[in-house]
Amino acid sequence: MSAIEPTSGTTTAPGIGGARIGVITFPGTLDDRDAARAVRLAGGEAVSLWHADASLHDVDAVVLPGGFSYGDYLRAGAISRFAPAMAAVVDAAKGGMPVLGICNGFQVLTEAHLLPGSMVKNDHLHFVCREQSLIVENARTAWTNEFRRGQQITIPLKNQDGQFVADERTLDELEGEGRVVFRYDGWNPNGSRRDIAGISNDRGNVVGLMPHPEHAVEAGFGPASAEGPRSGVDGLTFFTSVLSSLVHA
Amino acid sequence: MGRVVVEVMPKPEILDPQGKAVVGALPRLGFTQFSGVRQGKRFELEVDGEVTPEILAAAREAAATLLSNPVIEDVVSVADAAEVSGEASGAPVSA
Repeated sequence: MSAIEPTSGTTTAPGIGGARIGVITFPGTLDDRDAARAVRLAGGEAVSLWHADASLHDVDAVVLPGGFSYGDYLRAGAISRFAPAMAAVVDAAKGGMPVLGICNGFQVLTEAHLLPGSMVKNDHLHFVCREQSLIVENARTAWTNEFRRGQQITIPLKNQDGQFVADERTLDELEGEGRVVFRYDGWNPNGSRRDIAGISNDRGNVVGLMPHPEHAVEAGFGPASAEGPRSGVDGLTFFTSVLSSLVHA
Repeated sequence: MGRVVVEVMPKPEILDPQGKAVVGALPRLGFTQFSGVRQGKRFELEVDGEVTPEILAAAREAAATLLSNPVIEDVVSVADAAEVSGEASGAPVSA
């Protein structure tokens, strides 16, 4: 893999404790470059990681980006879960390292049993791509601590297998323990149980969600907001949150 | 050469959007007899030699770990293709 190119007009901020955020690329990953760019825009150092490499190269946190790893042929995320890098991610996550799974990355986290439940095909069977409104339900996780509980945010959503399912007992547990991190607002775009868009593990260091924060990090390239078309940068807060959680760790 | 057939179905409590789409299409072709459809997966695992009990045990383990996700799916059968009726030749089963 070639090194990640610098984004024009931005540089890696050396501060924030020199936090290094790894972004894993699997065969079929689409959004690794966007995730790395989001890390840099938030002020962190993005480290490109390869699925076949069992080492995480001493990163401080890991992002599993979106895409269609291994074509989603068996089940979304099912084959990636057994990649050498994932064994290292599972170990690190159990030790408390912040891990964010976005879309396909969320599916990989459920297949790896770092998060409960699973994703099946959208209830309406269509691929959906839209600017999605969400409510932040838990602002204490490693990836959401700079949001407010109850805050409404808008970030892009794009998926085919995005319907979050789990048995009732698991859903009750998630609700009771405050582990529902995001809920769809206004319209449930895929039939997810209880409008759940994202969840965390009990420690709050592992978060997975279907919508894409990394596509809403720079004015001019994000969703519409009160400031005008394409001005939304709500996704950036995920990445500044993890940097601040690493500083205060 | 032997073959193990593994069949995986969505759990009964999981809505099966694909099956729902198929059941919606059937009446449009005049098939009004069918009130429900569930769509699953069939895997055919080939081995160089005979299908031994050890091979079947390995197939069961593969079915539970990789071929299915127990959160949303059940493994409904793991069997030697030669012992599945009408399958020995690999020919389609006729009525």
